[in-house]
Amino acid sequence: MTGRRSFFVLSAMVFGFAFLYLPILSMIVYSFNASRLVTVWDSAHSPTLAWYVELFHNDQVLDAARLSFRIAAVNATGAVILGTLAAFALERYTRFRGRTLFGLLTTAPMVLPEVITGLSLLLLFVALDQAVGWPSGRDATTITIAHMTFSLAYVVVVVQSRLATVDRSLEEAAMDLGARPWKVFFVITLPLIAPAIASGWVLAFILSWDDIVITSFVSGPGSTTLPQLVFSKVRLGVSPDINALATILVLIVSVGVAILGVYMMRRDRRRARDAQAAFAVIP
Amino acid sequence: MSSSPAERAPAPAATAPYVRIDRLTKRFGEFVAVNQVSLEIPRGEIFCLLGGSGCGKTTLLRMLAGFEVPSEGAIYIDGVDVTQVPPYERPVNMMFQSYALFPHMTVAQNVAFGLRQDSVPRAEIEARVTEMLALVQLAGYEKRKPHQLSGGQRQRVALARALVKRPKLLLLDEPLGALDKKLREQTQFELVNLQEKLGVTFVIVTHDQEEAMTLAARIGVMRAGQILQVGTPTEIYEFPNSRFVADFIGSVNMTEGRLVDDAPDHVRIDCPQLGGTVYVDHGVSSPPDAQVSVAIRPEKFQLSRDRPPQQDNLLSGVVTGIAYLGDVTRYLVRLPTGFVLKVTAPNVFRHEERLAHDETVWIHWHASAAVVVTR
Repeated sequence: MTGRRSFFVLSAMVFGFAFLYLPILSMIVYSFNASRLVTVWDSAHSPTLAWYVELFHNDQVLDAARLSFRIAAVNATGAVILGTLAAFALERYTRFRGRTLFGLLTTAPMVLPEVITGLSLLLLFVALDQAVGWPSGRDATTITIAHMTFSLAYVVVVVQSRLATVDRSLEEAAMDLGARPWKVFFVITLPLIAPAIASGWVLAFILSWDDIVITSFVSGPGSTTLPQLVFSKVRLGVSPDINALATILVLIVSVGVAILGVYMMRRDRRRARDAQAAFAVIP
Repeated sequence: MSSSPAERAPAPAATAPYVRIDRLTKRFGEFVAVNQVSLEIPRGEIFCLLGGSGCGKTTLLRMLAGFEVPSEGAIYIDGVDVTQVPPYERPVNMMFQSYALFPHMTVAQNVAFGLRQDSVPRAEIEARVTEMLALVQLAGYEKRKPHQLSGGQRQRVALARALVKRPKLLLLDEPLGALDKKLREQTQFELVNLQEKLGVTFVIVTHDQEEAMTLAARIGVMRAGQILQVGTPTEIYEFPNSRFVADFIGSVNMTEGRLVDDAPDHVRIDCPQLGGTVYVDHGVSSPPDAQVSVAIRPEKFQLSRDRPPQQDNLLSGVVTGIAYLGDVTRYLVRLPTGFVLKVTAPNVFRHEERLAHDETVWIHWHASAAVVVTR
């Protein structure tokens, strides 16, 4: 009975993971293929790093990667600063009018169709350009601002949930001992929510690194991000170096996700330990 | 103004109250949490606010700390109006119910936190932290984090952190609430000793009457945002001024009655529930024929198998319940009227022939035992 069930569970799991990861796996495998034809495996000369080498000599790819990285990093930093402030306002100043509305408004971009977000941002940028001359044209700046609008929402959710677990009396105790409100924030609140801020940063970075829909609305001729480059290359026909490039993209995202996973696991473990310590009496 | 160390010299006028609360009111929307409370606390006293949950005691404490701004009224500490002073500038420190130790700091850093906010020189901070930790018997624990401490140790760190700034007034929110019974009894006395040593004025909030009576010089019993009675533990217990206070503190037999004989030096109250009259050896300021409540504590009764010689304050009944607690035995005695009295008798002799179920007993009490309350 149990043997049968475990067989069922096992096969379900194998099928599920195969469904999710076989395409990516085949892409990674073919990135080491020596053949110029994407679908033909050249067993005589494979595996090879030739496509990776070629990638690192391709200025177009390197420029796009650099731009993507810069946008993702600036976006993550900006989103974390704004998101933390918003989360603090939502969580700590509980009795202001329209708090629920404000909360909904900050998290709405998570569920808003990207096409709508992208289009509305494009219209805004064009209108601003005509009205006040900034931002002039579409470039890295407009992409960064656009990315911040939606990654901000994710940061708010992550930081706010952490903030909710921070006992308010800690902040009151600090104030009671003579720390002014801004100092309480930097010396008490910030260290306690730092792990959430870090994971919010990683999340915002990945979201920006991955994004293509919103980017394609607000990017200009001089600013092509890595996902945009991949997309445009694929439209002209799949070349093997795309496999190599995509593999690197996947690798970066996986590292980010792994960092997040480790943080979540450590947090859960610490919570369990704290709960235990609260009841155990150390003589 | 900001957190000057408590002066050791006596106050200019010894009779002037150290903490004065003047008609303090706090409203949260429609709800009145604290209603026109006035209170005076002399220097160096342990004052206890006692009441059930939602009686406003914590809100009153939070107004003293500066976390809540009063809707009306004023607070004076050492003659200075601090009503509008923010918490970080008040010469007041608080020990939180949850202790609120900073989890990312060591014990020493926690205790030093308040001094560092005042830019006290590093050497002095170190000396004062060491001294304070020694005082609460935590020398050697400087490098530990809060999660590595037991409940009792955390409580002492919280106390040290609040006292190290030498506040004029220390506020304690349920200081022993998170400790188990044994530790609680031990800590109660440590707390009182420490207070006597340092001479800091304590205001304690608690719902635990035993805690209040052990710790406090004076108790204020609160209900529905108001202080019903202020007095020493003895006054509160022996001379409650209302039904609520009599009922809230300790155990009591409460019955209704009518004043039938009202003399300046004694009164007689007809209590139908007891099936007789209660004689009280002092006058009551009530109109004759007034409806009053009579409260008698269970330990004020004397039980006997044989009829005592007295005429007044004598009843007989049947034992319906017995709980032997070691030091005392609690009896339930049913009167012929059906009313059940709670009676506590001390177990003085080891070889005593104790009362049994369904035994008929005589109950007698002294003329001073009954408390007459009119509200």
